[in-house]
Amino acid sequence: MIRFRLNGQDVEAKAHPTDRLTHVLREELGLKGTKVGCDAGDCGACTVLMNGEPVCACLMPAARARGAGIETVEAATPDLAQLRARFLRHGAAQCGICTPGMLMAGAALLRRNPAPDRAVAEEALGGVLCRCTGYAKIIAAICDTGTGADHGPQDGLAVGADIDRLDGAAKVAGDSFGDDFAPAGALRVLALRSPYAHAGFRFGDLAAYARRPGIVAVLTAADVPGRNAFSVIPAFADQPAIAATPARFRGECVALVAFEPDADAGLTDFPITWEPLPALATPEEAEAEGAALVHAGRPANLLVEGRVRRGDAAAALAASAHVVEGSFTTAFVEHAYIEPEAGVAWMEGDTLCIRACTQAPGMDREDTAAILGLPVAQVRIIPSAVGGGFGSKLDISLQPLIGLVALKTGRPARMTYSRAESMISTTKRHPAEMQGRIGCDADGRITGMQFSGRFNTGAYSSWGPTVANRVPVHVSGPYFTPAIHARARAVHTNGPVSGAFRGFGVPQGALWQETLYDQLAEKAGLDRLEFRILNALRDGDVSPTGNRLSAVGIGPCLEALRPHWRAALDRAAGEKGRGIGVASCWYGCGNTALPNPSTIRIGVTTAGQLVLHQGAMDIGQGSDTVITQIAADALGVPVSSFALIGPDTKLTPDAGKTSASRQTFVTGRAAAKSAYALRATILRLANAGDKARIRFDAGRITVTEGTNRRQIDPATFPPDPRGYALSAEETYDPPTSPLDADGQGVPYAVYGYGAQMVELSVDAALGTVRLHRIIAAHDLGRVINPRLATGQIEGGIAQGIGMALMEEYLPGRTDNLHDYLIPTTGDVPPIDSILIEVPDPDGPFGAKGLGEHVLIPTAPAILNALRHATGAAITRTPALPHRVLAALKGAG
Amino acid sequence: MTGYLAPASLDAALAAVAGGARALAGGTDLYPAAGRRLEFPVVDLAEVPGLSGITGTPEGLRIGACTSWTTLAEAALPPACLALQQAARVVGGRQIQNVGTVGGNLCNASPAADGIPALLVLGATVELASTTGRRRLALPDFLLGPRRTALRPDEIVTAIHLPATSLAGRSAFQKLGARAYLVISIAMVAARLVVSGGQITEAAVAVGSCSPVARRLHAVEAALTGPVAGAADRILAPDVAAALAPIDDVRATAAYRTHAATELVRRTVAGVLA
Repeated sequence: MIRFRLNGQDVEAKAHPTDRLTHVLREELGLKGTKVGCDAGDCGACTVLMNGEPVCACLMPAARARGAGIETVEAATPDLAQLRARFLRHGAAQCGICTPGMLMAGAALLRRNPAPDRAVAEEALGGVLCRCTGYAKIIAAICDTGTGADHGPQDGLAVGADIDRLDGAAKVAGDSFGDDFAPAGALRVLALRSPYAHAGFRFGDLAAYARRPGIVAVLTAADVPGRNAFSVIPAFADQPAIAATPARFRGECVALVAFEPDADAGLTDFPITWEPLPALATPEEAEAEGAALVHAGRPANLLVEGRVRRGDAAAALAASAHVVEGSFTTAFVEHAYIEPEAGVAWMEGDTLCIRACTQAPGMDREDTAAILGLPVAQVRIIPSAVGGGFGSKLDISLQPLIGLVALKTGRPARMTYSRAESMISTTKRHPAEMQGRIGCDADGRITGMQFSGRFNTGAYSSWGPTVANRVPVHVSGPYFTPAIHARARAVHTNGPVSGAFRGFGVPQGALWQETLYDQLAEKAGLDRLEFRILNALRDGDVSPTGNRLSAVGIGPCLEALRPHWRAALDRAAGEKGRGIGVASCWYGCGNTALPNPSTIRIGVTTAGQLVLHQGAMDIGQGSDTVITQIAADALGVPVSSFALIGPDTKLTPDAGKTSASRQTFVTGRAAAKSAYALRATILRLANAGDKARIRFDAGRITVTEGTNRRQIDPATFPPDPRGYALSAEETYDPPTSPLDADGQGVPYAVYGYGAQMVELSVDAALGTVRLHRIIAAHDLGRVINPRLATGQIEGGIAQGIGMALMEEYLPGRTDNLHDYLIPTTGDVPPIDSILIEVPDPDGPFGAKGLGEHVLIPTAPAILNALRHATGAAITRTPALPHRVLAALKGAG
Repeated sequence: MTGYLAPASLDAALAAVAGGARALAGGTDLYPAAGRRLEFPVVDLAEVPGLSGITGTPEGLRIGACTSWTTLAEAALPPACLALQQAARVVGGRQIQNVGTVGGNLCNASPAADGIPALLVLGATVELASTTGRRRLALPDFLLGPRRTALRPDEIVTAIHLPATSLAGRSAFQKLGARAYLVISIAMVAARLVVSGGQITEAAVAVGSCSPVARRLHAVEAALTGPVAGAADRILAPDVAAALAPIDDVRATAAYRTHAATELVRRTVAGVLA
């Protein structure tokens, strides 16, 4: 027993003296507010105060707590309460997984220094990683020592209002993520994973192993009752939940062991014999003549080739006044959300319930049911709070694994990936090798483009087909390009599975095209920003896929940068090593040329409570809030009238996946449709006209129109089939059409646009880069919530900075958060967001998507600024100091 | 075996390590490799008297091996120790600095150990104790290679001594990494200079992350000794390169490290002289 003071109370806990303090707090004392992101002191999520000083609870022996005062995010001290309120008001919490660590580190700072400046705050919080926010709002919350005004939406004005996120109170209290709930007695499940990129394997005496004390079940591919193959795109289903021999990538799951909850779980002498096989490390090896096939039936290891061909690009280039040619190479990039995958499964009757972190509850349900041989109706997905996703939590990870254990044993089964396990077994951003040519006429107008990209899609399909299709559609950037021939191949290797990561390959393509456009502008003798403005797509222009575009916002975005650009050019001219760069983005919202409907249900209970079934997974981006704002204005009631039911597949219709920047647009439209339908029903019942005002109050619906006031008592209605007195359920599916062999069709109903400029200085002697400021102009069509929007921009930029300057996932070498670097507080400069509104007729209230757009321009803008500062062209990311220096020497 | 002892005397701690227990100081290097707990016998040094804190001695300064980086960073120390205090502020984040110890940094013996270059320019010696007695080793004799030290299994590092002769002058530290905080360095430099009457009378320069263990740069030190004027110009790239043995890794190439080390030496020296 260890006794200490916890949040002002004397506690005692059963603990081994060297148990990690995180384990004691979370598992013995049940305080789940302290999060575990890495178990290595690399992320700071577990920061607690010990005798007033921040420490990583994951590195703290339980015995050291004896007699000490420990404070966690659950503490009720006034200073922490005030800081929580500031975090909420500033939008400092997005997914919320780092928030407890940030709050504790911040509280400790404010006790030492009640009025810290930005630099002091950055240093004090430098030990806590955040992957969502870009830190700006966190630092602002720490440094804002005023009390601030409360924000509250007014009636009918929710859209456009800076309201606090509706799930924010939970976030600043230490939200409940995948590892933060488990029924008593849940088994601990561990996965045995391949240590080799490609290896055959044979099991020893599994039955004898399974009889060991503490082991409840040992499961292999032979135990998978359904179809042991999944993919996010069913036609490509190729990835086993548990692999039969051979394993095709390092980190692939080959067996599961379920342990009693109190057993010492470990797999050190699991009976398996490995036979390493030759592995294809690169697409070059995989496409070489005679290369082994990762999957029989995919010749040349080609998963998919995406193509867009419009006009005669070769002829256009031949006739061009100026042509530039170049290549660009990118690395595997790891999502590095601070929450490793975690969840728990249990049986309720014959229904398998799975509570886990996810971006796609509907897909989880279908894939898990198929793998486990269950009817879809017998799988219920209950999403936990999600501690960051960015694309990787679209794919199932542990859902079928814990589901299988629960199904086979009848007992609850929980699983929590270690940081290394999360990094080796889940998807990555595709490494890209891209080359091609772009031409323009004597006036600088783009004439044509040829592009060829090869994307390392790793061992299984995942989102490889999407990347291969999205890249050619977007690789022109938001510039009018009359002739284009673009191809992108997704090629299998024995590398990690490459999947979805904020932008589906478009950020890689943008690195190629936007760095080349700078060179083309120079050849044409144009200012780089003016070149982009000259070529910016305009309403009525035809896209490379043959669509006549409308609501095009790129021009206004670029023009908004113009005054800042000119001032920054002057600053750069006066200072050696200083440079500025600009890059643009466009990005189609929703699935590429595929259906992707969302359904929203709104009901009024017989007790008069308005209920919104909000099925869009909020992974930190804010859909709980944004969708409610849209529904509120469409129905004409305050946001506060709604009670929310989240995306539990038993309770809430499918709003699709949180992916492809689609939720505000697609689910937003469904919410608006549903709210309009309910409004029409209520007005009809009240015999009122369109302008009438609806209020939910004291169990009644009051409809006011001029001096007329009608009350509807929902208690008098028999419940409808959905269980409500009144309800509406509407689906929206964006109008798209399939792409033909030349990539012609309607891939998206709505595009969003943006442009960012970067000011930086390069230390020419060391090859290091210091970012001064980033200005981001994004066209959102209609801004639903400015604070959430700027939060997306700041966070996307931080990921773009990482991609440009430091992030490179090397299998077996950077499987942790100290060798794999993501930006810290000190790596993100001040960011100014300019929100542009060019309404799209297809968007709810005109809104477009934003989530992925914000990352796309950052890295190329940085590289363009670096070249402006030094003359050195970087053609490979990340631009680590030694690569920058090598490029500088090349340029010199 | 998961025994745990937290003795209140050094003798008891020494007996424990003699019996096979591993010393637990800050824990920041032991826990990352652990599961739920440390699965080997440990002796926790937290309660052992005399292992924490900085004290003046007739021969200089004694830094208890279990002194945390925060304690070191916030202590009132002579300007010669500024490099060590600057290094203390970049060992992980504040969470790590609050528990990580200077002795643990030495015992972990990473080529990128942040504290070692500064301790090298301060002429540190390492005090070791066992049940059979005490001994002192000069820091370069203690550090044998990456993750290898002269520490015997039955010994504990009890203190680091900085001789009074090394506490003269001023010092500075620079660390180069690919991000601002929480970063393993690509290269780092500590420099301590004693300046008198326009002359550098003593120079100590050490580079970390560019050789199996951090090294003093004796040729550079010799070249620096002389007039303050033109000191930076006397730092020659070949002298720096000859002292180092960098490798290619995920953070940088060997060639870059050599180049960067030279530049950092120049900047650090300039910083001390400024």
